Amino acid sequence: MINIYEVLETNQMIEQENLDVRTITMGISLLDCADADVDVLCRKIYDKITRLAKDLVKTGEDISKEYGIPIVNKRVSITPISLVGGAACHTPEDYVKVAHALDRAAKEVGINFLGGYSAVVSKGMTRSDELLIRSIPQALAETERICSSVNVGSTKTGINMDAVRLMGEIVLETARRTKEKDSLGCAKLVVLCNAPDDNPFMAGAFHGVSEPDAVINVGVSGPGVVKHALSQIRGASFEVLCETIKRTAFKITRVGQLVAQEASRRLGVPFGIIDLSLAPTPAVGDSVAEILEEIGLERAGAPGTTAALALLNDQVKKGGVMASSYVGGLSGAFIPVSEDQGMIDAVECGALTLEKLEAMTCVCSVGLDMIAIPGDTPATTISGIIADEAAIGMVNQKTTAVRIIPVIGKTVGDTVEFGGLLGYAPVMPVNAFGCDAFVGRVGRIPAPIHSFKN
Amino acid sequence: MNRTIITVVGKDAVGIIAKVCTYLAENQANILDISQTIVQEYFNMMMIVDLSKVGKSFEVLAGELADIGLSMGVQVKCQREEIFDKMHRI
Repeated sequence: MINIYEVLETNQMIEQENLDVRTITMGISLLDCADADVDVLCRKIYDKITRLAKDLVKTGEDISKEYGIPIVNKRVSITPISLVGGAACHTPEDYVKVAHALDRAAKEVGINFLGGYSAVVSKGMTRSDELLIRSIPQALAETERICSSVNVGSTKTGINMDAVRLMGEIVLETARRTKEKDSLGCAKLVVLCNAPDDNPFMAGAFHGVSEPDAVINVGVSGPGVVKHALSQIRGASFEVLCETIKRTAFKITRVGQLVAQEASRRLGVPFGIIDLSLAPTPAVGDSVAEILEEIGLERAGAPGTTAALALLNDQVKKGGVMASSYVGGLSGAFIPVSEDQGMIDAVECGALTLEKLEAMTCVCSVGLDMIAIPGDTPATTISGIIADEAAIGMVNQKTTAVRIIPVIGKTVGDTVEFGGLLGYAPVMPVNAFGCDAFVGRVGRIPAPIHSFKN
Repeated sequence: MNRTIITVVGKDAVGIIAKVCTYLAENQANILDISQTIVQEYFNMMMIVDLSKVGKSFEVLAGELADIGLSMGVQVKCQREEIFDKMHRI
């Protein structure tokens, strides 16, 4: 039987160490909504989302009350919309109409974000993919709840450099279109390599074609809990350190598994996966950077950071895998800058640079995330940054992503406020040397030799 | 069986357990186990309760217990037992 100390430990995690379930994300296939008429398409999409997700928010709130665990976000991910809109959308403006329909559906069901305004173009772009991509800046400027992602490469296909070049321009144009709000549109746009089909976390969430009609995926969190556990064992050996992270990750993930099963049962939608990610928030004490400091670094970014992060990421997975029947999504430590107070502090005191962040992305999920850069950064430089991240993902057979915000009108030394869970960020310097001729080449980078496993 | 954990945390005072137990008895909630401890001068009590015969919804019961707690300056929480089972048992 459960004893009082176990109950108190759980409640201390929730009340003092920011343990929560970060998101219940319902994946919805829109493949059966395809139509040749854009207005009919919009209606079908709106109807399907509002029908399947109508009880999502209420169910999340009920579970939260009954178990006493906060469930921060209730969200929806959909089939990459370029696969659904091909027959109906003949201009980027047609796709923007679809974005508005999605935004209305998201508002109607009460969710804060809907992901899947996306295209998967790892090897090449269809006409529909390109129209969708070209509609992204306007769509993100005119909607509130839509998140967009483009997958530009994979280990199996190599990197589509034409899409990489285009995405540099699209990121910059999205920044320009939302410049009154500190280029906030870019916080809802992520460029991926090896994007998973079942990621519940925004902005990169979409419902892949390998998925069923509808599915419940859950993202757990809990950097504060890991940090607290590590603060009890300062100076201990690596063995003790790893064991402590594993035990903690196990406990956190079990809560996610319980919530996922309950949500699945109550909504009558199959359970998909638990995403074992340490997702920070701007709240003090809910920071991945603070875990790195607890492991023994003066600041995130100091020498040793990549090794400490590799260890953390691996132990989180080892502890979490046993706690859940199905694991998927991104599953690793997140290192967004603006959403993590410890990362912000590390950037502000000069400990953490863009280059070190890039190194860190080699050993954890996901990539260069929520990083503000000067608004006058050229599109080709942004494409170069995207290509570098995609190459890390392609060669290491992992997901990588770029979600950077070129803040129009701001430069190094300025600070950008995104608000809420998106936090705030100091504008970071970018290497000023160009890569125009490299990015200007057409075609794609071939798949690496170790991808030929058949 | 519909097992719920009720925790009471706060400054010790006369009649806390009595008040919570009276409320549970009035609502047909059966107390299966009860334990308490003092942590850093704070009173901590845990009850395992069976709610299968309770007429009210979980939400109403939890809300009323929280209000009783507030009236005595302590925090009363109701949580379904599974969250603790899942976390602490393999």
